[in-house]
Amino acid sequence: MSTSPTAHTLRHENYLNVSYGVKSWLLTTDHKRIALLYLVSITLCFFLGGVFAVLIRLNLLTPQGNLVSAETYNKLFTMHGVVMIFFFLIPSIPTVLGNFLVPMMIGARDLAFPRLNLATWYIFNLGALFTLYAIVTGGVDTGWTFYTPYSSLYSNTHVVTTIVGIFIAGFSSILTGLNFIATIHTMRAPGLTWFRLPLFIWAHYATSLIMVLGTPVVAITLALVALERVFHLGIFNPALGGDPLLFQHLFWFYSHPAVYIMVLPAMGVTTELITTFARKKLFGYHFVAAASLGIAVIGFLVWGHHMYVAGQSPYAAMIFSILSYLVAIPSGIKVFNWTATLYKGSVSWATPMLYGLGFIGLFVMGGLTGLFLAAMGMDVHVHDTYFVVAHFHYIMVGGAVMGYLGGIHYWWPKISGRLYPEALARFSAIVLFVGFNLTFFPQFILGYLGMPRRYHAYPPEFQVLNVLSTAGASILAVGYVLPMCYLVWSMRYGPIAGPNPWPATGLEWQTPSPPPPHNFDVTPVVSWEPYDFANRPDLKYPAPVPELGHLQPEAQD
Amino acid sequence: MPGGLPLFPERASTMAYRVDELFFFLLGVSLLISLLVFVLIVAFSVKYRRRAPNEIGAPIEGSIKLETFWIVVPLILTMVMFGWSASLYMSMQNPPPQAMEIFVVGKQWMWKLQHPEGQMEINELHVPLERDIKLTMTSEDVIHDFFVPAFRVKTDVLPGRYTTLWFHPTKTGRYHLFCAQYCGTNHAAMVGWVTVMEPAEFEVWLAGGPIPGSLAEAGAKLFQQLACNNCHLSSGKGRGPSLVALYGSKVRLVGGQTVVADDNYLRESILDPRAKIVAGYGPDMPVFQGLVNEEQVLQLIAYIKSLAPPQAVPGQPGAAAETKRPAGQTRRLQ
Repeated sequence: MSTSPTAHTLRHENYLNVSYGVKSWLLTTDHKRIALLYLVSITLCFFLGGVFAVLIRLNLLTPQGNLVSAETYNKLFTMHGVVMIFFFLIPSIPTVLGNFLVPMMIGARDLAFPRLNLATWYIFNLGALFTLYAIVTGGVDTGWTFYTPYSSLYSNTHVVTTIVGIFIAGFSSILTGLNFIATIHTMRAPGLTWFRLPLFIWAHYATSLIMVLGTPVVAITLALVALERVFHLGIFNPALGGDPLLFQHLFWFYSHPAVYIMVLPAMGVTTELITTFARKKLFGYHFVAAASLGIAVIGFLVWGHHMYVAGQSPYAAMIFSILSYLVAIPSGIKVFNWTATLYKGSVSWATPMLYGLGFIGLFVMGGLTGLFLAAMGMDVHVHDTYFVVAHFHYIMVGGAVMGYLGGIHYWWPKISGRLYPEALARFSAIVLFVGFNLTFFPQFILGYLGMPRRYHAYPPEFQVLNVLSTAGASILAVGYVLPMCYLVWSMRYGPIAGPNPWPATGLEWQTPSPPPPHNFDVTPVVSWEPYDFANRPDLKYPAPVPELGHLQPEAQD
Repeated sequence: MPGGLPLFPERASTMAYRVDELFFFLLGVSLLISLLVFVLIVAFSVKYRRRAPNEIGAPIEGSIKLETFWIVVPLILTMVMFGWSASLYMSMQNPPPQAMEIFVVGKQWMWKLQHPEGQMEINELHVPLERDIKLTMTSEDVIHDFFVPAFRVKTDVLPGRYTTLWFHPTKTGRYHLFCAQYCGTNHAAMVGWVTVMEPAEFEVWLAGGPIPGSLAEAGAKLFQQLACNNCHLSSGKGRGPSLVALYGSKVRLVGGQTVVADDNYLRESILDPRAKIVAGYGPDMPVFQGLVNEEQVLQLIAYIKSLAPPQAVPGQPGAAAETKRPAGQTRRLQ
């Protein structure tokens, strides 16, 4: 890339250079700047949660758990879960990519409620600070699931502070969802009908529904735990006349759909990646769109599959099992349609596509192992073992994080106006894929062998698989740190991307990179179907520069 | 490393074989689907790789036939999975009627196990080969979970109620017992062993060691000590109902409801008698919550059970299915 046009500077007025100074960022109402504020917050949370993960894996190198005490270990996995789920995975794609792209993809100048959008970032950080305070003053050891009566009576750690942090952050989620729903309903560009929307928008619409309807329930539930803990109100503790299963029902009513909050947006990203890099319409657009809503709706009715061995009625368990299988159908629809989209496509192996294909692979494995867990008699054996740990990491890390990173790589030229070093990026995507599988595949075997989760020490026969998993985790860590480094590097030194480097069909690509403060100089009018490359002869790479291959950026914008 | 690299868990119960059969079915279907998807993705990505920068894909919208195919086929496959797993689950939920009963109390961070004959064990459970064994379990504090991987059984152990679990060991040996529900600091130390013994050996083991008396005998003593016998006369003419032949029978309550007198009902009626009052009696019985511990409740229940005729077996907690069992032996204590 020695001759790449890095010397070019970005001269046009855009959301990054329109104003300078800390104040211009902290008081901004521009959805694109707020997206970057979120990017900073959640990246910090991701690396904090990652540090906990590293310590967990290092401790599990030996059966006796020599690195940390049992007490510390319990705090580590609790805080890993709390930080990763509530402060990274749930906000990740919606608040960064969703914030940046929802208005741009529908041809709007901003979200419906720009100031509310900024408020959500402050609310999120306030929640994160509460949780951080709980962590630095001693931590919490209940597991991210806060099962009662352990959390409400027996734990001697900072349960209430952590709960308050999650409670507060929940409002950020609710308000973001509300903002997206209002925006998607009312601010679509002329001609942009519902079935001309990119699937990314459909995914965010479905996700927002879950955020708005589900988050209040977990907020109430955690508030009740705090009330029982502080004022000894008998809600969940049988010694006070409460019911511990009530907590589990309420908790999973949100926390199962929360998995779809994490994975639906990643599916939306993947749809964009597959279509752009196969340069082809999405196979079965309507089915994929309906599948998003199907997952969001049925996803609310499957929570009891977390409770097959918890003591709920076996007949209730059956209903939950059948519904859990039904929710697998729309997930299957998505996977099969993505695969079919590749057929007779023009498939590029650019970095975002590697993430997109990686997402499908890991999501398929996570989803299929979900069939084992939905099977009641099977779940009895693998419940609360490493099989479950492996399963949900395939969905949430293999799925959601791959989708997130794929999206970051895909839209990075739009966000920053610059390209990153493609070869290095492809290499790190492969490192990540290999590291991920080496970390989590052995855990399926460990789980079927019967190793329970949340064990600080374990019988010696489980050691080899644990060592393999830790080895994988160290490779995985490289896969996370590399993109962080080259993306930061590219912000200053990357080649200029041009408005539409891939080129793609979405409205976000019909405006300069980085976009001007109000996104579009002229409100776009949409007269085409999504991903309709065949009818968009205007979308062409400029004259090829051999060194850059298909990633040829435009000389100037 | 000392442990080697095991890839498949030991099988030591009838349920282990049934769970593994389902596992292999699920594994087969999953491998088939994932291989299909992976092969297609790789094949398409290679075969249709972009050869010229502005090459575009074929204009294909979709196919209703294919969509129907990949909705209907997975639907059928998953419903087979559901049916198979549900029938397995129901067998796990319903212990065979003549199962040998053992009582389990979980507490931070140990397992206390009691045989009806009075033998008590901590973090160790001895059971005879080829017998149905039913565990009735409760917790003194937080939620625990009784998990024996070699038997493929697992059930949460909750405070304030009984849950049950059963297995039929098919192989002698020592097997891991784990607490699978996170229960606090020493959760990982709440482990033990289940030892499956030849029946003859088990009899010897059972006879050895100090046996202070059977569970029901201890319960009978407690029944006197706590002055339960002052009101619960066997004639039924006391201030409380007669407990003779109560276990497993249907009880009519004030308000017209009926409940089956199973373990959970008895437990509740001892600890919180006012929760369900038997028709014809007043709310006179004192609350025993806090006065008796979980082991004493189990002793009292064992005593009440010993007063019931042998054919009365209550349904499982949660599923009020009544099953008949052939006449077995009964131990009367009075």
